[in-house]
Order: sequence, then structure tokens, then C-alpha cells
Amino acid sequence: MTTTPGGLLLVLAVLVPFVGVLAAFALGGRNAQRVAMVTILAGLGIAIAVAAAVAQSGDALVYLLGGWGVPLGIALRADGLAVVMILAVAVVIVGIGVYARADFATPPGVREARAPLVFWTLLLAIWGSLNLVFVSGDLFTLYVALELLTFAAVPLVSLDGRAETLRAALRYLLYALLGSILYLLGTVLLYGVYGTLDIALLAARVQPEPATLAAAALMTAGLLAKTALFPLHLWLPPAHAGAPPAASAVLSGLVIKGSWFLVVRLWFDVFPDVVTAPSAQLLAGLGAAAILVGNVVALRQARLKLMVAYSTVAQIGYLFLMFPLALDPASARLEGGGALAGGMMHAVSHATAKAAMFMAAGVIYAALGHDRIAGLAGIGRVLPVSVLAFTLGGVSLIGLPPSGGFLAKWLLLAAAVATGQWWWAAVMLVGGLLTAGYVFLVLARALASGAEAPALRAPVPRSQEAVALALALGSMLLGLVAFTDVRFLGIGR
Amino acid sequence: MTDAATLFGLLAAALVGIGLYALIVNPQPLRKIVAFNVVGNGVFMLFGAIAHRGAGSGWGGDPVPQALLITGLVVAFSASALAIALLLRLHDVAGSATLATDAPARVSPDGNAADA
Amino acid sequence: MIEALNLGTALVILALAVWTIAARDTFAAVVGFVAYGLLLTLVWVQLRGIDVALTEAALGGGLTGAMLIGAAARLRRTEGAARAQRPGVPTRVAAALLAGCVTATLAVAVLGLPDPAPTLAPETAANIAATGVGNPITAVLLAFRAMDTLLEAIVVLFALVGVWSLAPDRAWGGRPGPLQRADPDGILAYLARVLPPIGVVVGVYIFWIGADRPGGKFQGATILAAMWLLAVMAGLVDTPPIDRSRLRIALIAGPVVFIAIGAAGVAFAGAFLAYPDGFAKLLIKVIEWALFPSLAVTLALVVAGAPERTGT
Repeated sequence: MTTTPGGLLLVLAVLVPFVGVLAAFALGGRNAQRVAMVTILAGLGIAIAVAAAVAQSGDALVYLLGGWGVPLGIALRADGLAVVMILAVAVVIVGIGVYARADFATPPGVREARAPLVFWTLLLAIWGSLNLVFVSGDLFTLYVALELLTFAAVPLVSLDGRAETLRAALRYLLYALLGSILYLLGTVLLYGVYGTLDIALLAARVQPEPATLAAAALMTAGLLAKTALFPLHLWLPPAHAGAPPAASAVLSGLVIKGSWFLVVRLWFDVFPDVVTAPSAQLLAGLGAAAILVGNVVALRQARLKLMVAYSTVAQIGYLFLMFPLALDPASARLEGGGALAGGMMHAVSHATAKAAMFMAAGVIYAALGHDRIAGLAGIGRVLPVSVLAFTLGGVSLIGLPPSGGFLAKWLLLAAAVATGQWWWAAVMLVGGLLTAGYVFLVLARALASGAEAPALRAPVPRSQEAVALALALGSMLLGLVAFTDVRFLGIGR
Repeated sequence: MTDAATLFGLLAAALVGIGLYALIVNPQPLRKIVAFNVVGNGVFMLFGAIAHRGAGSGWGGDPVPQALLITGLVVAFSASALAIALLLRLHDVAGSATLATDAPARVSPDGNAADA
Repeated sequence: MIEALNLGTALVILALAVWTIAARDTFAAVVGFVAYGLLLTLVWVQLRGIDVALTEAALGGGLTGAMLIGAAARLRRTEGAARAQRPGVPTRVAAALLAGCVTATLAVAVLGLPDPAPTLAPETAANIAATGVGNPITAVLLAFRAMDTLLEAIVVLFALVGVWSLAPDRAWGGRPGPLQRADPDGILAYLARVLPPIGVVVGVYIFWIGADRPGGKFQGATILAAMWLLAVMAGLVDTPPIDRSRLRIALIAGPVVFIAIGAAGVAFAGAFLAYPDGFAKLLIKVIEWALFPSLAVTLALVVAGAPERTGT
């Protein structure tokens, strides 16, 4: 393995956001937001450059840090999967950056305020950490990346300083720390058996022996706690609902995808021969439970933000249905293919749709002073853009064409039919119906005629509504990539 | 030399189990933080036992795991610091230090979620 | 006999670990944890990891223990209420089964580890000459896997931002921690006058020799941080307000220098964090000299907590 041309872009993808963090922190005050804006633009440019480089070379980008070869040194590696995630995250971060300008501007007359400084610094921190998760080719560096991500995400939950968000943040932190230490335990075992922490080398050396199976189980369990897959999901709803809307969008849309991506990376790239069919079925079984439980509980929520948070719990379940569907019955190993593409498409589509939904819910909360669903009657007349954004995001989650959610479910259903696992198809269809239930519940309430339109407590920043709508439209149109010729996912695999 | 590694490897396994039990069972967040540290120590000790088994080239242990252990200890310390700070702030604001799952769906008359 | 010593240490550690869960009083459990942390240092010495032993003693036993004891003291009044929430027998049995499974699996894995053990010691030995340092752990931390060390410095900074975010809005920009007014003639003030000069010398020495003997910046920085915290607790110095730009620059200086040298490596040595031939030891020293004070300040402030007081 040697450094490929353009590999330096991977270093930039990780370090530009981190340099932004350092600059925002040191300059402080209003400059933190300015630094964040500049960094976001730079980071978007780098993400596009990475995608272009990979598409052009047709192979993965590799970078050997320090010039040292593996296994002694650390390699960064970006294949098609990583590129898709890097691009998706960059786009959503741009949207959140624009949205948050209205919420986290430093008030005039104040040199530096707590919430804005913390938000802008940690937004960039989350971004850099996510990029590191996507491109790192070393298991220990991935552990550090997971911890970076946790430390950056947890304080955003308790940003408003209330007791219940502090409690939610502490609970999130404890689950996340348990998750990372279990992941590290698995990494340690793998080093003890194979003498390397490099993903590519491990992929070549790994055998289905007891220690390896134990390591795989421990790492997966740890990552499931961080991804809030049922039954380890209890921390998520209060945390994501209690955070400020811009933070909820980051947490639900992006941060969750980091630990999920690691499960994909491990199962498909390190353990494809080691994972067994029953374990894949178990993982998808937990996913199915998440879909059912998450959706049913979402239907019963009285508050909009909590409903959206429980919707996240359900949508995470879909991300795990792909594992048994990717198991090739002939070779008994995980093969990238339609199921993998479906899972990735779902991750990207959910990231944009959920961010849009939280943004819209945030606008509604700020405008009305509350987010009780019962009190939303007639709001479609005063906040039409936000309601439209929320609905389009929901439609993408339900899986109607031409949304990304539709394409994702299409691919997963096709894989289910091809491998004869019709029960997962049934789960997906039921899940879609339940999702439709609460999306249309909100929509019906918002469009209720006869009720007098609620008074707006505060003027609504049009930029916030516009960004929410833009992300929701993006999610609705993602399904159209099926008609393009871009075949990213297979590059470098 | 291998016996020390095996002994401490088994001790590490026991520590991970003890810490995991405590993390699940103890209701007090501070005890959970202590339990997390016990699990962490177990993981680090296992890594250290593996490092000792890899001794060679004139050194007492494989330097790569030992170096990574130092990184791990620093990360674990930072995690404990953040958790303790969160816990103390929760105590200051709420007067109690429990993680009792209070559903924030409790709604006060003005429509905002009430503090638990 | 060494074997008996190891076995004895292991048993005491096991007993202390059980004590930390079983003890009714949280304060007693935390004190037990600190003792157990110090015993762990002995284990590291037995496993020939002196650098790790130093780090464990300073960070794991020292600073973490101080934080836990401080927290346990502040939370004493909530003991009763919290204890009433202990889960019922079914949960405890399930947890015990789960923990037992994990321990058993790990024990089987440990006993089944391959012999001869795979190791990267030969590779390290083959490449260490290029780095110019004698301590192989320093070579791994600052040459072969320098990225991990850079990320680690950044991780501590993230934790600091997180701790600071917990300040009440009115106290933002102020000084961390409550105002300490220890008795100026008391033992704490005496220790805080006598120990820090010695501690600073020891800390700097441990940092200095880290290139060729066990030691290094993290251990040295921790000792410096602990000395400063001691002086703060005794009321001899006060914590700085967090909005001072000099403080912020001191905090980021280490990582910034590290990144700058790494970037220079792209131009002069062909890769990020690569060192040009012959300059490796010098550049490693520069990075360590920059990281050492930044780390000391960051570690100290992380323990000092969120801002609580404004004003002078």
C-alpha cells in the first residue's frame, strides 16, 4: 500500500475542521462564527475535491501518515463508501451552518457568549471527527475518532443548561463511553491475535477463531450502544429532543451515522468471512424491533421534537436490515451489492430528511413557543414553508418516490426478494405505514381548517425555513441518482 | 514472563466483568463513572499483557501497545473529567444526582416541558 | 518470589475492584478506587511498561482520583436518595450473567492467544534509528503514530470545551471553581508552598528525559498540572478567567505547532507528519516543547472545572 496522488486531501478533510476549531476557540467572540463559516466553505470544497479525485482515479485514495508504512504507521483510506459519507456530511453541515446563524449569533454588546462559542467550535469538531471516522484505516485511530466525536457531541445536548438536558447528556455520555471502551476491547483482542491494527492487513489475516468472534461481538455491541440501536436506544430520544434544533439536526442526521459507518466498515471489510448468518439475522432482528418500537412510540408522542427523535430510533433500524440481505448464500460472506447500496442510500437520505425535520420543528418551536402537536392546528397557514419542509422530509422517510428513502427501500426490498428473506420486506412495509401514520398526523393537524391560526411569538428567520426546505427537497430528489451513471460505491472495494 | 502476562490478562478479564456489572447495576452516576474506569483499566491491562508477550528486540514489551496505552489513559481521563463535570453541574441545577428516566413528555400548562 | 508478588497484587486488586462496587458509601468506594489505581502502577512495572506506569500513577491515580474524591465529597448529601433506586433482583441477575459471559469469553481469548505472540517490536527496532530518539515509546508516539498523539492533544481540548460549556451563562468568561480560602497557616497551605517547586522540577525532568528514558510530556505535564491545582486548592493562586486570549493561545499552541510541523513535513519530507532526514529528533523535541505547557494548562483546567465566578 502506498500513498496515492490526491491522498493529501484526506488529511485536509480531517485537519481543516480541526484547525477551524482551534482558531474559533482562540479568537473567540464573534470571530468563532466567522471562522466557522470560512471553514465550512473550505471543507465543502475539500469534500468535492475528494469525490472528484476518487471518481477520476477509479480507485481508493490512500495516504500513509508520516510516510511510514503499515503496520507500524497509520494509513488513511477513502473508498467509495467513505466518499459518499464525506460528501453527505459536508452538504448537511453547510445547511446546519446557515440555519444556526440565526440561533447562535453573538448578541450585540456582548464580547463573547457561551452558547455561540461552544456551538460553532463543537460543530466543526464533530465534522472533523466524522471525516476521521470515514477515512481512518487504523482501528486505534478510529477509537480516538469515536471519542473525539462523543466529546464534541455530548455538550451540544446540554447546551441550554436545563436539568433534563444535563441528565440526557450524562446518560448519552455514559452509553457512549461504554460503547467506545467495548470497541477498544475488541481492538485490543485483535492486536493480540494478529499483531496489527490496520484494517487492510487485518482483512487479510483474520480467521474465524474464538478470539476474533469475541472481538467482533464486543466491537459491534459497543458501536450499537453508540448508534442507539434497540434495545440500547433509551438515551437517544431525550438527548436529541432536548438539544437545540441545529444540534438535534447534527446529532440525529450525522453523528449517529459515524458509529453506524464503523459497523459497516468492520463487517464488510474486516470480518466478511467471520460473521455468521445467525449474527446478521440477529442484527437485523434488532433493527426490525427498532423500526416497530420506534415508530409506535413516535405515534404516541405529544411533542413534535420527541416524535422526530423516536422516528430516528426507528430509522436507525433500517440501517441494520441490510446486513443479512448482503450475505451471499453461495459464498457465505458479506458482499457489497444492492443491499449495501440500499443501506448507504438510506443513511444519506435520512441525514438530509431528519436534519430538515428537526430544523422545521425548531422554527415551529421558536415561532409558537411550544411544540405540542395538539397545539399545531392551522399552523400550515402561517408557516407554510416549514410545514412543507417537514412533510417532504417525512415523505422521504416513508419511502415515496422519487425520494432517497424510496430508492433505499427499493434496493433493500430487491435484495430481500433475491435472497428469499421476505420477512424483512414485510418489516419494511409495516414500518413505512407506521411512519406515514405520524407524518400525516402532523400534516393533518397543520392543515386543519376552521381553527384560528396560532399567533407567532417571534418573527421567523426566512433563511432557516429556506434551508430546511432545501435539505428536504434534496432528500426528496436523491432517488434520481439511480438514473445517473455514477457508480461510487464499488470504487476501491 | 509469559505467566505474568497470562495472570494479568485473566485479571483484566475479571476487571472488565466486575466493572460492567457495576456500570449496569449501580444507580448513582458517580459509581457508574468509577465502574467505567474499572472496565477501562481492565482493557488497558489486557493491552499491557499483550504488550508484555510481545517483548523483543531488547525491550521489555512491544512498544506500540505501550504507546497506545498512554494515549488511552489520557482519553479515559478526559472522559472521566467531562462526565464528572456534567454530573456536578446536574447536581447544582437539579439538586439531585440521579439518572432516573423521567420522560420529558411531561408538559406544563404553558406547553413547555417541565424540569423533572 | 516475583510470581507470588504478582499473584498477591492481582488478588488485592481484585478485592479492591469488588470493594468499589460493593461499598455502601460512595466516598469509601472512591477512596478504594484511588488505592486500586496506585496498585495498578505496580502491575505496569511488573509488565515492564515504565512509561505507562508513570502515566497511570499521574493521571489514573493522581488526577482522576482527585476529581473523584472532590465529586464524592460534593455529592455526599444525595447518597440516600440515589441508593433507593437500586434495581431489582432480575436486573442484577441478568447483569451478572452478562458480565460473567464477557469475563469468560475474555479469559478464553487470553488463554488462547497465539504463541509466539505477534509483535511490532522488530519493526520498531528496524525503524527507530531514523527517528533519532532512544525511547521506543517516544518513537511510536511522535514518529510512527504521531497522528494519534496529535488527535490526543485535540481530544483533551474538546473535553475542556465541553467542561466549559457547563458554565452558567452569567459566569461565562469568568474563573473556574469556587474561591478557595484555605487557612494560610494550615497544612494545605504549607504543602502548597513546599511541594510545587519540587514538583515542577520533577515534572520538567520527567518530560526532558522522555526522549531516551521512560518519561515524556504527558507524565511531566500531569505533574505540573497537579502542582498548580494544589496551589489553587490552598488558595495561593486563583484560576484564570477563561476569556483571556493569552490563555486561549496557550491552550492551542501545542496542537498548532504540531500541525505546523506536520504541514512542513508535506513540503520538506514528502508526507504530513514526516520528518526530513537528520531533523527528526530536533523536530520531535520542538513538538514536545510546544505540547508540554499546553497540555499542562489543559489538564489543569479540565480538572478545575467550568467557570463559576465573574469579577476580578
